[in-house]
Amino acid sequence: MYSPAMDLRTAHALIRFGMGPTGAGTPPADPSAWLLSQLQQPDSPSVGPEPNLAEGLAALREDRENKPPPGQSRSRALYQAQGLAAVGRAVSTTTPFRERLVWFWTNHFTVSLRHGRCAALAGSFVADAIRPHVTGRFQDMVLAVMRHPAMLVYLDNAQSVGPDSEGGMRSHRGLNENLARECMELHTLSPASGYTQADVTAFARILTGWSIEVNNEPQGFIFRPRIHEPGEQTLMGRTFPDGEAGGIEALTFLANHPATHRFLATRLVCHFAADTPPPGAVRHIEGILRDTKGDLGAAAAGLVSLNDTWTPGAKLRTPLDLVVASFRALDVPADPPPPYLGILSGLGQPLWTAPAPNGWSDIAADWSGPEAMMRRIDWAYAVSGRIGERDPMTIADASLGPLTRPETHDAMARAGSRREALTLLFTSPEFQRR
Amino acid sequence: MHTLSRRAALLGLTSVVTLGRVSLALASAPTDRRFVVVILRGALDGMSAVVPYGDPDLAALRPALVPPQPGQDKGLLDLGGTFGLHPAMTRAHAMYQANELLVVHAVAGNYRVRSHFEAQDYLESGADHRMTSGWLNRAVAAMPAEAPGELNASSSAIAVGASVPLVLRGPHAVANWAPHGFAEPQEALYQQVLALNHADPITGPAIAAGMRDRGFGAQVMGSDMTDEPKGGARFAFPALASAAGAMLKAADGPRIAALELGGWDTHTAQNNRLAQPLTQLDTGLDALRTAMGDAWGKTVVLVMTEFGRTARMNGTNGTDHGTATVAFVAGGAVAGGRVVTNWPGLAPGQLFENRDLAPTTDLRSVATGLIGPHLALSPSALTTVFPGGAPVQPLRGLLRTA
Repeated sequence: MYSPAMDLRTAHALIRFGMGPTGAGTPPADPSAWLLSQLQQPDSPSVGPEPNLAEGLAALREDRENKPPPGQSRSRALYQAQGLAAVGRAVSTTTPFRERLVWFWTNHFTVSLRHGRCAALAGSFVADAIRPHVTGRFQDMVLAVMRHPAMLVYLDNAQSVGPDSEGGMRSHRGLNENLARECMELHTLSPASGYTQADVTAFARILTGWSIEVNNEPQGFIFRPRIHEPGEQTLMGRTFPDGEAGGIEALTFLANHPATHRFLATRLVCHFAADTPPPGAVRHIEGILRDTKGDLGAAAAGLVSLNDTWTPGAKLRTPLDLVVASFRALDVPADPPPPYLGILSGLGQPLWTAPAPNGWSDIAADWSGPEAMMRRIDWAYAVSGRIGERDPMTIADASLGPLTRPETHDAMARAGSRREALTLLFTSPEFQRR
Repeated sequence: MHTLSRRAALLGLTSVVTLGRVSLALASAPTDRRFVVVILRGALDGMSAVVPYGDPDLAALRPALVPPQPGQDKGLLDLGGTFGLHPAMTRAHAMYQANELLVVHAVAGNYRVRSHFEAQDYLESGADHRMTSGWLNRAVAAMPAEAPGELNASSSAIAVGASVPLVLRGPHAVANWAPHGFAEPQEALYQQVLALNHADPITGPAIAAGMRDRGFGAQVMGSDMTDEPKGGARFAFPALASAAGAMLKAADGPRIAALELGGWDTHTAQNNRLAQPLTQLDTGLDALRTAMGDAWGKTVVLVMTEFGRTARMNGTNGTDHGTATVAFVAGGAVAGGRVVTNWPGLAPGQLFENRDLAPTTDLRSVATGLIGPHLALSPSALTTVFPGGAPVQPLRGLLRTA
C-alpha cells in the first residue's frame, strides 16, 4: 500500500514552495522545472469575481450613508466574500508557487482590518497592488502599494497634510508620519540602513497629498496639491522635487536602495529556507535583486536554485499554511466553501487582520506557544470529521508522501477511527511543517 | 483519576513521555509573592494617560488632546495637583487613592529609534538588542529556590493570552492559558498526538505544556469563576486579567504572569481611539485585583509600553512615535498614591529632540527596583536579567515593604 506516488524532492517542492499537495493532483515529474514554469504563467483563476477597487469604495460610501450596526456593514460583507474567495483560491490553485508569493508579498505590505475601513479595501489591495507584481519589478509593486487606498487609509497618509501647504495653513492640520516611517522601516530600507528621524519627517512631507477620493470621479488614489508640503525635500542626503513626482522619485530611490535589497533578501530567505536565514543564501538573493534592479521573478527563481531551500521541514506552518494544506489534502469541494475565516481566527491568524503593520511572523517561535498548538490539535480533530469513507493512508501518501514518518504511519494504522487517524496525520510534526 | 495537585500539574516542566503517559515533577511554591507584567503594545501616549495638566506648556503643544481640568465635566482625575489620570481610568484612580497605584512618569527604556517592533523586542529582551529570551523569563529562573535541591521556581510563570510574549519566553518552561473556541477531542487522542510529537523540539514541548496548562486552567476556572463572560468578551483583556488573577490567587498556582493589550498606536483622532483601550486597561487591572482576593496584598503589577508619543499633536489630532511615557505600578505591595518623576518640562528647549517628552527615568531601573526586592533577586542576579551596558541603579522605595 505504501508506495508514495512522489519522491522526496517533489513532495518538498509542493510543500515548501507551494501550498501543499492536493489529493487529486498529479505530482510534477520535474519539481524545479514545474516551479520555474509558474513564474512565467498567469495566476490560476480567482474563485468568484476578482475583487476590484470600485466596489470597495462603493461599500465605504454606502456604509457612511447608512451607518449600519457593527458586523452588518457592506464593507464587512465584502470582506467575508472576498476573504473566503482568497483562501479558496489558495486551496484550489494550480499555480501554488505564484500563490505563495502573493501571500508572502501581501504580508510584507500588510494592511489590516484593525483599521476599520480596510475591510472594504483589502481584497482589492491584493488583487490590484500585489498580485500583478509578484514576478515583476519591486519598485512597481511599491508604487502600486503606496498609491492603493487600503495602504493610504491603514497607515493614515490619506489624512496627512503639509503644514505649509495651502490646506495646512487654512485648516491648521499637519503631518502624520505613520506611512512614511513604516514604508522605510518595514517595506523598504529596514532600520539597519541607519536612517534618522529627520529622514522620516522629510519622507512624510514628500508623501503629503498622496490621498484617496471616495466620492467623485476618478475614484481611488488622488494627489492633492492643496495639502502637499511645498518645496524640495532632502531624504537620506538626496534632494527630491516638489509635487507628486517627488514622491515617485523617492519611492523609486528607496525601492532600489542596497539596504532594501538586503532586507528583502533576508525576508525571502527566511520564508523559503529557514527561520535563521543562512547568510550565503541572503547574499545570493540580494545579488540577484541588485543585478536585476529588483526583479522579483528572478529572485523567486533564485530561491528555487538555492540548496538552502531544499531541506525538508525547516519551517513551521503558520495557521494559514496549515489550513490551506489540510483542505488541499482533503480535496474539499469549493462549494459550499468551508468557514475559512472563522477557522483562521480560531487558530490565531485572522485573515488580513495582523495586529500591526509588520504583518504576521514568519518564524516558528511565534506560532508554537502551548495554547496555539492545542488549538491546532482541536481544529485538526474538527476538520478530520470530513474524511467520510476515504482512506487516511491515501491522504497521507498524497499530502506528505515519503515525508511521512514510520511512527506516524503506525499510529494511524492503530487509530480507532478514520477520523482519529487523520487527526494524527494533521497533528504530526511532519505535517505541521513545510 | 489523578491525585496530583494543581500546582503539580502546572509544574510539569520536567515531564517525560512514556507511551502516552505524562509524569509530572513536583515542587512547592518558592515564594508567596506575585508579580505581573502587562505589555501595552503600540506605544501608549503617557501624557494622555497621566496628563501633566499643571505644566504651563502642555496646552500649547496639544490643544485638542487635553481633557478638561479636574472637577469639570468629563475632567481629569486628579493625582495631587500637577498630574491627572485620563477620565476613563476611574478604577485606577480609586486604586491610587487607596495607595495601591504608583505612577512613574517620563520613563523610557534605552532605545531611541521609534520603531514599534524593535522597541518591543528590546523592551521584552531587557537589552539593547533582540535576545531569544525575555527578562521576565530570566528573572523567574534566577528566583531563589525554597530549599537546596528544590526544583527551581522557573515553571511558576504563566502567559495569559493566545501566545507567549517574548518577555516570558526563554529556556525556562512557562505555562500558557487562553480561552478557546474549538470542540475538544477525547483525552486519549491528545495523548496519542503528544506521543507522536514528543521527540520534536518545537511541537513536543508546546503540546505537553498546553495539555498541562489547560488542565490547570479548567480546574481553577471551574471552581473560582462563577460568572464567566460569554462570546467575544471571553477573549478581551478584562476577562484575561480576571482569569490570570484566579490562577495567581491559587495557593498552588503560578506566581508570575504576563499579559498583553494593544490598540495604543493613536496616529489619528486620539481622543476617540484612546478611551477604549484605556477603559480595557482600567477594567482589567480592577478585575485582576478582584480576582486575586487576599493575594493582591502580595502583588506587584508593572504596566509598560515600548515608548511614548510626540509631545505635540500631529496634523491629524493624533500623535506620532515618541520617546518617554508613563509606567504604572499597581498592587497591594506597592507604596502607591504617588507620581514618581523627575519631570523634564515641556518648554521647547526641554523636549527630547525638540519633539518628545524627554526620558528622565530608565524603565529598567523601575523593573529592577520592583523585582529586586519583591522576588528577592540579588544585584548579580539582576545583571543576568538585564544584561549589557552599565548596570542600571534600581529605583528605591517603590514597594511598601522592601
